Amino acid sequence: MTKHTPQATMLSTLFMGLGQWYNRQFIKGILFALIEIIGIYWIVTRLADSVRGLVTLGDTPRGMIKVGKVYQPVDGDHSIFLMVEGLISLIFVLLFVFVYALCIRDARITANNREQGIEPHSFSVTLSNIANKNFPYLILVIPITAAILLTVMPIIFSVLVAFTDFAAPILPPAKLVSWVGFDVFNKLINLGSWSHTLYGVAAWTVVWAIIATLSTYLLGTIVAVLIQQKGIRLKTFWRTMLIIPFAVPNLVSLLVFRNLLNEEFGPINQYLELIGLSGLPWLNDPTWARLTVIFVNLWLGFPLIMILVSGILTTIPKDLYEAADVDGAPRFYVFRAITLPLVLYSTAPILIMQFASNFNNFNVIFLLTNGNPVVPDYLYAGGTDLLVTWLYKLTLTNNQYNFASVLSILIFIIIASLSILNYRNTRSFKEEDMIQ
Amino acid sequence: MKLQHFITYVILILLTLSVVYPALWIVMSSLKEGNSLYSETLIPRAFTFDHYKDLFTNTRYQYSLWYMNTIKVAVLSAILGTIMTMLGSYAMARFRFVGRKFGLMGMLVLNMFPSFMSLVAIYILLLQFELLNSHWALILVYSSGAFISNVFVAKGFYDTIPRSLDEAARIDGASHWKVFTSVMIPLSKPMLTYISLVIFNGAWVDFIFARLILRTADQETLAVGLYDIVNQQTSTDFTFFAAGAVLLSVPVLLLFVWLQRFLVDGLTAGASKG
Repeated sequence: MTKHTPQATMLSTLFMGLGQWYNRQFIKGILFALIEIIGIYWIVTRLADSVRGLVTLGDTPRGMIKVGKVYQPVDGDHSIFLMVEGLISLIFVLLFVFVYALCIRDARITANNREQGIEPHSFSVTLSNIANKNFPYLILVIPITAAILLTVMPIIFSVLVAFTDFAAPILPPAKLVSWVGFDVFNKLINLGSWSHTLYGVAAWTVVWAIIATLSTYLLGTIVAVLIQQKGIRLKTFWRTMLIIPFAVPNLVSLLVFRNLLNEEFGPINQYLELIGLSGLPWLNDPTWARLTVIFVNLWLGFPLIMILVSGILTTIPKDLYEAADVDGAPRFYVFRAITLPLVLYSTAPILIMQFASNFNNFNVIFLLTNGNPVVPDYLYAGGTDLLVTWLYKLTLTNNQYNFASVLSILIFIIIASLSILNYRNTRSFKEEDMIQ
Repeated sequence: MKLQHFITYVILILLTLSVVYPALWIVMSSLKEGNSLYSETLIPRAFTFDHYKDLFTNTRYQYSLWYMNTIKVAVLSAILGTIMTMLGSYAMARFRFVGRKFGLMGMLVLNMFPSFMSLVAIYILLLQFELLNSHWALILVYSSGAFISNVFVAKGFYDTIPRSLDEAARIDGASHWKVFTSVMIPLSKPMLTYISLVIFNGAWVDFIFARLILRTADQETLAVGLYDIVNQQTSTDFTFFAAGAVLLSVPVLLLFVWLQRFLVDGLTAGASKG
């Protein structure tokens, strides 16, 4: 038996593809060698530049430079391009190292097989192996690439922006952006008007999320239980009617409510005036606006809970109720001792999810009030603004990108801790290998 | 009738009225004459379909163009998103490969990031690269986002299909691809329908991202266009908006009626059963 493994491993480590040549897999070897040549060419010519770009975020500002006797305009560096380029370069380096490792591993395994008398595969066998043994990787390529490009990369970019001074008036290409460490976090938490807005908006967001979740949950459960009662007729009719808010697109119902509650011309105030009351500033007074968004959210949200709880109610064993009946327990007591605990137990994860989605309930706030009415001492935020709508305004209208990024990191920390709580109980993650 | 039942009926009737009223009001407004928000009665004195005609002939707003844009974005997102979800979740459910646990964990973590974070970042990037105002940005983001948020629902579904089925097909000599296309896809049709319709619906009514990306009136989708009509300070086109809103809701309502049977299953698929 001849030894092959050390040679093949060494050769592949030396230069990609050499090990494959040694194993007489020529086409594969050439392919790997090509990858290494391209990789080295790119590292030599570009990598240093793009890493420097990422570190400095550019050093030539746009402006006039004296060339000889005349001033000439120069374009200068674009910090954001440099940041993205640096990021992509780093990903490429990781990918390159990964392919390198694969190559060495492949040479090693093949050589090991040769020692045991198994002939190296021909290239056509290799190809068909890709379609068979590596099938999961093959079908994962497209979705994973899309997820990395459109979700992971942007998130990393967003985190990076949080540590820069990328905010109006420092906007490329006119100005250079630079790294500022935790400065933005510090400003947001400690600096007068920023921190005042942050604490105000965050407090309202939490209050809103709690009330919005509990109110929809309570109403939904009550309605489901009411309809479920023995002796109530037209059960399907009630359920179908009450599901309407869930079926109409949120966007439409919210814009409709915005018109319904219009202070001057809206029909609601019109009716109030008809019966001799004065109209209310539904969306224009800070306190009223907060109450209004909670009520409208209740209208939008309770059908979902109603459907879910109705489903759960049908699964509660009948004999529990019969036993309670025999013992002569009063109705309310039956509800409190049997129905409520069982429903609560099965809907607890949904309750947490609802809290998380209300915490980020962009649509209700933005479409209904736009975050207004204005609060004078808030920075770029209004009385009903949640953290997410504030973030949106900071980005879209005020160009305060670094503050928006810090906010989204804060939101992530809150939502992530809730999700972890929830996912720990998720069935499709825990019991995945049960059914075989 | 017992008192308890009487109270129940009163509550249900009140709730039903409050639920029906806004929907009824917008439909009635779209059928009334004139263009103002103000009206003396809920049911208009005279009905007219002029506003619906107006939607497609009016030159101030490009409603028909918005409708076409929305259909394009929603259909393409649904197709792409379903294909990606199908491929990804099948690989995750059926195969045990190096990096699988890592991939699943990664997907869980990605689900925890507020979608805002990547949306805002994509907006900034597209703005800097001057690539805003493109429908493809919407389509790609919707479909890849759909993959990440639906992969666990779909994976849960594939987990319930017995393995003996594909093992039998494998023994008969079918390749993995063959098993996937002729055994798994037909079996998962209900789930695929559900997911594609959810993606379609999401793209159809999305406002947040579309508003960030779309810059000119001729590229806008219905959601952004309708918001602009309402948001104008001096809007005198209320009945126009009403008709537009009704037409936007119709496809969603039809989908909803059709989807209802999947509803509870889909909603509870990821949830714990205790």
